[in-house]
Amino acid sequence: MQCQECGKRPATLHFTKIVNGEKTEFRICETCAREKGEIIPGTTGGFSIHNLLSGFLDFNPGSHSHNPSAKIPENLRCEECGLTYSQFSKIGRFGCSSCYKYFNDRLDPLFKRVHGNTVHVGKVPKRAGNHIQVKRKLDELRQKLQERILQEEFEEAARLRDEIRELEKTLSAE
Amino acid sequence: MPNLRFTEQPLSKWMSSGGKDSDIVISSRVRIARNLLYAPFPMLATSEQSEDVLKRLEDVLDDERIQAFGKLYPILLEDLDDLDKKILVEKHLISPSLANESKSGAVFISEDESLSIMVNEEDHLRIQCLYPGFQVQEAWEKATSVDDIFEDHVDYAFDDNRGFLTSCPTNVGTGLRASVMMHLPALVLTGQINRILSAVSQVGLTVRGIYGEGSEAMGNLFQISNQITLGQSEDEIIENLYSVVLQIIDHEKAARETLLKESHLRMMDRVMRSYGILSHAAIMESKEAAQRLSDVRLGVDLGLIDSLSPQVLNELNVMTQPGFLQKIYSENMSPGERDMYRAMLIRDKMGK
Repeated sequence: MQCQECGKRPATLHFTKIVNGEKTEFRICETCAREKGEIIPGTTGGFSIHNLLSGFLDFNPGSHSHNPSAKIPENLRCEECGLTYSQFSKIGRFGCSSCYKYFNDRLDPLFKRVHGNTVHVGKVPKRAGNHIQVKRKLDELRQKLQERILQEEFEEAARLRDEIRELEKTLSAE
Repeated sequence: MPNLRFTEQPLSKWMSSGGKDSDIVISSRVRIARNLLYAPFPMLATSEQSEDVLKRLEDVLDDERIQAFGKLYPILLEDLDDLDKKILVEKHLISPSLANESKSGAVFISEDESLSIMVNEEDHLRIQCLYPGFQVQEAWEKATSVDDIFEDHVDYAFDDNRGFLTSCPTNVGTGLRASVMMHLPALVLTGQINRILSAVSQVGLTVRGIYGEGSEAMGNLFQISNQITLGQSEDEIIENLYSVVLQIIDHEKAARETLLKESHLRMMDRVMRSYGILSHAAIMESKEAAQRLSDVRLGVDLGLIDSLSPQVLNELNVMTQPGFLQKIYSENMSPGERDMYRAMLIRDKMGK
């Protein structure tokens, strides 16, 4: 059997794809498969991370059953860009930054699976994120304060308490 | 008229200097994904919205601090023909998705090609720094300072809990992808590679072929990058990658020493055989070229071959890709002709 792509070399990779019960077969040589950059010929762009993601997104948080149609509320959509949750679960990409807000309740399990975490701890934009930096600093100082109290270093604890009060003032002034 | 300087030379200027540990780490790359507030992500943006995003980001090029990184050349993707796009992808200056799918897609490339800023790719903005050798921290420092300058001019989509909001859930948080391309022939030859790669994947890192998602490792080149972007700080991500790569370098060095000591003659034979075939063959498929070039690179690194510079091999890695071959010889080549021209080009460069 010759390669369906170049028609010259013998086909060494045989794929069978079944979509909604419809079966398509594809035979291709290794050279053409590599040049097309496809692991699964016949799908645009090959098998990508988005295919894998959409598998995660059909998933009902807290349940292990796999019955997508029963779970996604049909009216769940981003009011800003119009992307529905079921579209999102198919393409594995958000339409705009507001999607994060509208789909928020369903995102924790997804992020947990992809990153093992759900909350950002890295860089914060200086202009938009000033209050976040203050909040983070506050958390850090409060923790230090507890440590100092436990170690009975009250002088240092008092200094930390004043620093915390000052920061709380700037935060409420914003 | 688009700027053609970047597609005529196969070798980016940065490639001519080796960089730290360049016998094992070919290059270090950092990419930061950012989006502007209010505009839909490129996938859903209208042509007007995409144009507006491009204009707002292009304005930042006027900032003096950006110019301090060297002159940046803006290129509109729609001004390039398919072949030039392909070459920019082969040089890792743009991603395949920017080349093929984007509306109002553009890239700003620095003179030495170490900084490339993509607009309207999967995200509105992708800042990429590419350095020779093992310089992942240096690449991060440059990328983050470019990011700071953009942030002074535009409002980013950012959320207190989720961090920088990206089109794909795999980039949310830091939007940071740091990766190093490693040449690991001795670990492959000694059969240790799978054990090491599976260990790597257990610490939140991932291994890919050199052209990113969906491609396999050719010529013993492995790209190792962070998988997690949410819940780890940028410094943690960079340090994690750094320390893992450092260990892989040590393992590769040890494996090279063992090979030299215990199978010197067989190594010599393997390396010189590949050198001989590359210097004389009339047909060379890309897979064989990658493998033989890897052998020869190992030979150069181990001092078994002293008549070739690593730069020639870097150059050949880029030039033997389909885009460049077409650029040099003819645009309408069948795969068979390509194998013939590839062999010719390699013979030429090897000085035979």
